[in-house]
Amino acid sequence: MIELKSLYKSFEDKDVLIDINAQFENGKTNLIIGQSGSGKTVLMKSIVGLLTPEKGKILYDGRNFLSMSKNEKKTLRREMGMIFQSAALFDSQTVLENVMFPLDMFSNDTYRERVRRAQFCLDRVNLIDAQDKYPGEISGGMQKRVAIARAIALNPQYLFCDEPNSGLDPKTSLVIDALIHDITTEYNMTTIINTHDMNSVMGIGDSIIFIYQGQKEWEGDKTQVFTATNQRFNDFIFASDLLKKVREEETHK
Amino acid sequence: MNTLILKPIATLGKYLILMWRTFARPDRMRMFFKQYLNEMVQLGVNSIGIVLLISFFIGAVITIQIKLNIESPWMPRFVVGYTTREIMLLEFSSSIMCLILAGKVGSNIASELGTMRVTQQIDALEIMGVNSANYLILPKITALMSMIPFLIVFSIVAGIIGAFCTCWFGGVLNAEDLEYGLQYCFQEWFVWCSFIKGIVFAFIISSVSAFFGYTVEGGSISVGKASTDSVVMSSVLILFSDLVLTRLLA
Repeated sequence: MIELKSLYKSFEDKDVLIDINAQFENGKTNLIIGQSGSGKTVLMKSIVGLLTPEKGKILYDGRNFLSMSKNEKKTLRREMGMIFQSAALFDSQTVLENVMFPLDMFSNDTYRERVRRAQFCLDRVNLIDAQDKYPGEISGGMQKRVAIARAIALNPQYLFCDEPNSGLDPKTSLVIDALIHDITTEYNMTTIINTHDMNSVMGIGDSIIFIYQGQKEWEGDKTQVFTATNQRFNDFIFASDLLKKVREEETHK
Repeated sequence: MNTLILKPIATLGKYLILMWRTFARPDRMRMFFKQYLNEMVQLGVNSIGIVLLISFFIGAVITIQIKLNIESPWMPRFVVGYTTREIMLLEFSSSIMCLILAGKVGSNIASELGTMRVTQQIDALEIMGVNSANYLILPKITALMSMIPFLIVFSIVAGIIGAFCTCWFGGVLNAEDLEYGLQYCFQEWFVWCSFIKGIVFAFIISSVSAFFGYTVEGGSISVGKASTDSVVMSSVLILFSDLVLTRLLA
């Protein structure tokens, strides 16, 4: 479980995160949603340690990330996997080499065992046939799946996904969402997903926090979305005509 | 005024911090050597062609220019060979060749790391707990520094072959006079001077370019700017340190 306690972050004079408190539980897909510029990427980067908050606590199963030594952080990072918006695969390496990279770096297994583990992860995301291709030779959706395979190679306890569906068509987005959700429950990981994809919200939103101008505005899960009374949350979720109609139909039921 | 003084100091500070992170013990020696060998090919072996080509023509041009400009009944004919050798050995094959390499290798390093930064590949390494500066930059610096003496030797040899070609095919002067001049008063120390200068310049090219690439913020325009800035800064630093090293090693 990851807990955030009174997290503050600012850039020069601008407060980007203000008093964020949240709990992200194991075995659940925890979503952080909000408009572009609301601070959700800063929040995600602060949680994984790419940015340092001014105040607050980030507890990984009770261990405060912000007060850890450099070596403790390094050890904890090996329990993390992250899927970036751009997939962030290494261009000069094949798909198999990309997935093997964390194993090559941190595992003491033999070469054959590392290859077997990487192939297992690729098989898990249905990409075993693409193992010899380079990232530039596969589609955006496949790149995201390779990123998932690389993220789970070291059996992480914590999985972070920064807008995993960005740039993907709705059908591929559903595949990626389902994959992340399945992996989360299968390995009982704490998964945090940054998104503004409404399909993700309604599909895999086991737990949702809504960020508005750096503050947590609403908290709930996918079953509570249609009954939410927070005006800013509703303005964000039901911005499109399609979702407005869906809400009307849901409330008429 | 503050910006004029503080910005260069802040940049120097950032560079030193990056170098401190770079010169750490690699997380995995196996991965370091793999990267090191890759970089030796990428930065060193792939530069042999341009080094040979430029050195060959410069060697030939120097010979012709010296022959044309210092020809005199009072001047021994071997002076052309002697001067060509001294120019190739002391300046061209180390300093000027490194300026050329700053353009080729430096922009390559800066744009590669800059692209990795903007496509979040460096962030991905950091999240995994990898010291990205050490993993990406150290192999580049060590590979270029260890390949540069070979490139200097190739450059000197190509320059001398170029000089001989002006004798064999251009009839500019007698090949025997050139050969005598090339061997006249040869000092081994000058070869070592060339190597020392080359190794220092290799460090400047790789570390400065890596700094500009690694610290890119923004998108593709910033990567292009970092690439240009790295070439300019490396070239200026090479010229300045050439002056200092020439004075120290003379």
